[in-house]
Amino acid sequence: MKRRKIDVRALPANSARALDERFQAATPLRRLMNKVFPDHWSFLLGEIALYSFIVLLLSGIFLALFFDPSLREVVYDGSYAPLRGVEMSQAYNTALHISFDVRGGLFMRQMHHWAALLFMAAIVVHMFRVFFTGAFRKPREANWIVGVLLFWMGFLEGFGGYSLPDDALSGTGLRIASAIMLSIPIVGTWVTTSLFGGEFPGEVILDRLYIVHVLLVPGALLGLISVHMGLLVKQKHTQWPGPGRTNNNVVGVRMFPGFAAKAGGFFMIVFAMIAALAGLFQINPIWLFGPYKAAVVSAASQPDWYVMFLDGSTRLFPAWEIRFDFFYGDGYTIPPIFWPTVVLPGILTMLPIFYPFIEARFSKDKEVHNLLQRPRDNPLRTALGAMAIAFYVVLLISGGNDVVADKFHISLNAMTWAGRIGILIVPPLAYYVAFRVALGLQQHDREVLAHGVETGIIRRLPDGKFVEIHQPLPSGNGHGPSDEEAHHGLEYGGWVVPKKMNRLGALAPTVKGFFYPIEKAGPAPKPRQLDDDRDREEITSGH
Amino acid sequence: MTTHHPSDDEFDASDASLTRFDLVKEGARRDGVQIVHYAPRFPVPGTRAERRIERVLSFLFLLTGLMGTAFVVAYIAWPWKYGEGDSTYRALFPYYTPVLGATLGLCLLSLGLGIVVWSKKLLPEEVSIQERHDGPSDSTEQVLTAATILNMGDELGLKRRRFVGLAFLAGAAPLGAVAGALLVGSLIKAPTQDGENVFFTTGWDPKHNDGKPVRLTHEDGTPIRPADVSVGGQITVFPGIPHGATNKWADSPTLLIHLREQDAELTKKQAKELNHGSQWQNFVAYSKICTHAGCPASLYEQQTNRLLCPCHQSQFQITDNARPIFGPASRALPQLPITVDDEGYFIATQDYKIPVGPAFWERP
Repeated sequence: MKRRKIDVRALPANSARALDERFQAATPLRRLMNKVFPDHWSFLLGEIALYSFIVLLLSGIFLALFFDPSLREVVYDGSYAPLRGVEMSQAYNTALHISFDVRGGLFMRQMHHWAALLFMAAIVVHMFRVFFTGAFRKPREANWIVGVLLFWMGFLEGFGGYSLPDDALSGTGLRIASAIMLSIPIVGTWVTTSLFGGEFPGEVILDRLYIVHVLLVPGALLGLISVHMGLLVKQKHTQWPGPGRTNNNVVGVRMFPGFAAKAGGFFMIVFAMIAALAGLFQINPIWLFGPYKAAVVSAASQPDWYVMFLDGSTRLFPAWEIRFDFFYGDGYTIPPIFWPTVVLPGILTMLPIFYPFIEARFSKDKEVHNLLQRPRDNPLRTALGAMAIAFYVVLLISGGNDVVADKFHISLNAMTWAGRIGILIVPPLAYYVAFRVALGLQQHDREVLAHGVETGIIRRLPDGKFVEIHQPLPSGNGHGPSDEEAHHGLEYGGWVVPKKMNRLGALAPTVKGFFYPIEKAGPAPKPRQLDDDRDREEITSGH
Repeated sequence: MTTHHPSDDEFDASDASLTRFDLVKEGARRDGVQIVHYAPRFPVPGTRAERRIERVLSFLFLLTGLMGTAFVVAYIAWPWKYGEGDSTYRALFPYYTPVLGATLGLCLLSLGLGIVVWSKKLLPEEVSIQERHDGPSDSTEQVLTAATILNMGDELGLKRRRFVGLAFLAGAAPLGAVAGALLVGSLIKAPTQDGENVFFTTGWDPKHNDGKPVRLTHEDGTPIRPADVSVGGQITVFPGIPHGATNKWADSPTLLIHLREQDAELTKKQAKELNHGSQWQNFVAYSKICTHAGCPASLYEQQTNRLLCPCHQSQFQITDNARPIFGPASRALPQLPITVDDEGYFIATQDYKIPVGPAFWERP
């Protein structure tokens, strides 16, 4: 039989047809490619987290090929001379092996660690964006909750990750984690001995933590991220208000090629930043810390930044122990560490989870919201958010209060007291300031809408009074304000109000170019000649 | 904007007069998307501005390739082994990881920038509007789905055969418990060992030393004489039992402090009943494990006789039973009763009288 010649040019069309015959993909594929995404810089923050997560998976797989989480005692015999002959766990041994004896291993370890820091940072900043713009409102409450869970899963994953190498710092972190578990009333000792397989540190904790770190939590993260993305696609992205943008549409570019190209390029840029950080900036030099020994610790022992706020709360919480003394037995204890490390995270999980429903209840708002709110337009929410951030920042700084005390020559005890008082005073202050700032910004918007933009042109009136000329804004139809609008001011559209003349096209636009102008400056608009020279009388000091 | 939209049936995709973009627009329309603005960035081909963008793009993509190659070359050829090779090798070694980061970073950065520039400067300017379909499903749909769900109950006949339903539940509950039992049952471990709560004992208990009092030793296992610690000095000591200095006895590290004469007198005078007789001459030994979170409280301030835990800054007054005087710790550091044996070495006369380390529910 003669072999049929393949028509190469018809191959794509034929294969596409063959695939569609089997999967009926034409309509859903086109629908996906035509999906419209709105554009704003703040929508890219969550993407950073997603891309960091991909880098984490890739670099993590590399590390897993060489890491052994065993607590078995071995004697180091690798390349790093200062530690040769030192007894250490196999986990620390293989972590050193990755750093010194695997080609590019240190680079990959640092990439993994930097990506983790960036992952958490992006989640936090993305959360700020979603909170302050009201993107969590109906119908997106579920996705907000998934986001909160993602933060805590990332937190656990990060803690597990930096506890694995079994260097002095990570062992200290685990020691504190065991103390936190011990503090749980009634079941604390049972939980601790069950998880550690006996008294701290036992022999099994790193093996267990390892499977949690490489399988259970990443699996949960992957699942939650899928749900997060799936809901985003199903419910479509929120957008800022603006011309043509309504609660019932999405204005932007189609997913392919515009959005996908930008997102793909952005992925590469995020990846590039992580790679550059990994190569150029040292992180967690475990060989300097030495193996974990229960008797050894150094000053300035800080966890990774996203755990630091809980370290801060632990430092600040007073030594308030609760005792239950009964007429029999020796009584029972709730140690002070229970409140800032178990109860506080519990509150910090539940409060955000319920926040969308609490806000909807108090504002009696049951509407579907696809348009974002500017933070100034909801002063109460903005102030609450500022309060939460202030609370967080005081804890974060307190997590490194010994370093602050050392570097700025402040008494350590004074730093602790500053934190204790600060945690009570700073958040309400932040609330008040944010509330006033939001109201002030609102008022200024309304003022510009009512009176126009300040031109900087001062006129002297015949009676000697000086006035600044305001340029009224053009209204929506482009014909200047109607009588009613001139009287009451233009309606606020929930979006940026132009406040400078060059935003209205009245002044020449800024010349482009960072170091030198890459274009010629256009001619400045000519000032209108006044037809009467009498208007230009010399201004004299009026006495 | 056209006023007349042909319905899906009217549209003839094989109409030769339709351009490809007409087809794109029709496809988008069927997907609820209206392309309202669509303009090429460079309507006239080959302008200087367009060629400039093309040059920039080509440069970025070629840089990607160059840097990618540089990464692979550096990865293989750059000196990377710690402490090996001649002086040139050693001089280049510290730059191995930075070179990897710089080359891969530049490679990916130029690729990313190239793609972004492509999409922002060459792809047509576009504004598309897609309709949202929010809100609940059609009420008929809701009713139909609800009926389908409720019908399942009817089909199973749960109302008619209530007992079977209950039997099913009764049967399924233990099955669910199997998963929990496997997890909890395999992991659970009581905090007791040989009838004693592990949190109440340490390596200083004579039972770990064949019933003989345990010696205070250095990390290498050598015993300690009083002359080994200078006045005002302190050392970390470990129980003189097998593996006594390892993490197996993570609760046992102890701080042996040689107090100055007047401090020692003050300490003796202030000693609580529990700590009576624990001091040997001017020497005291306190648990090094912080009673707050279990870090080693290891920063000793000689002038004030205070001990600071670097993890959460709890401070303990050594001369006053190691009582917490600042920070989050609520309990004093337990004191180890010590003396000197016939051979002149420090020994612990007994284990700590109270549990060491962080507090827990059952702690008296």
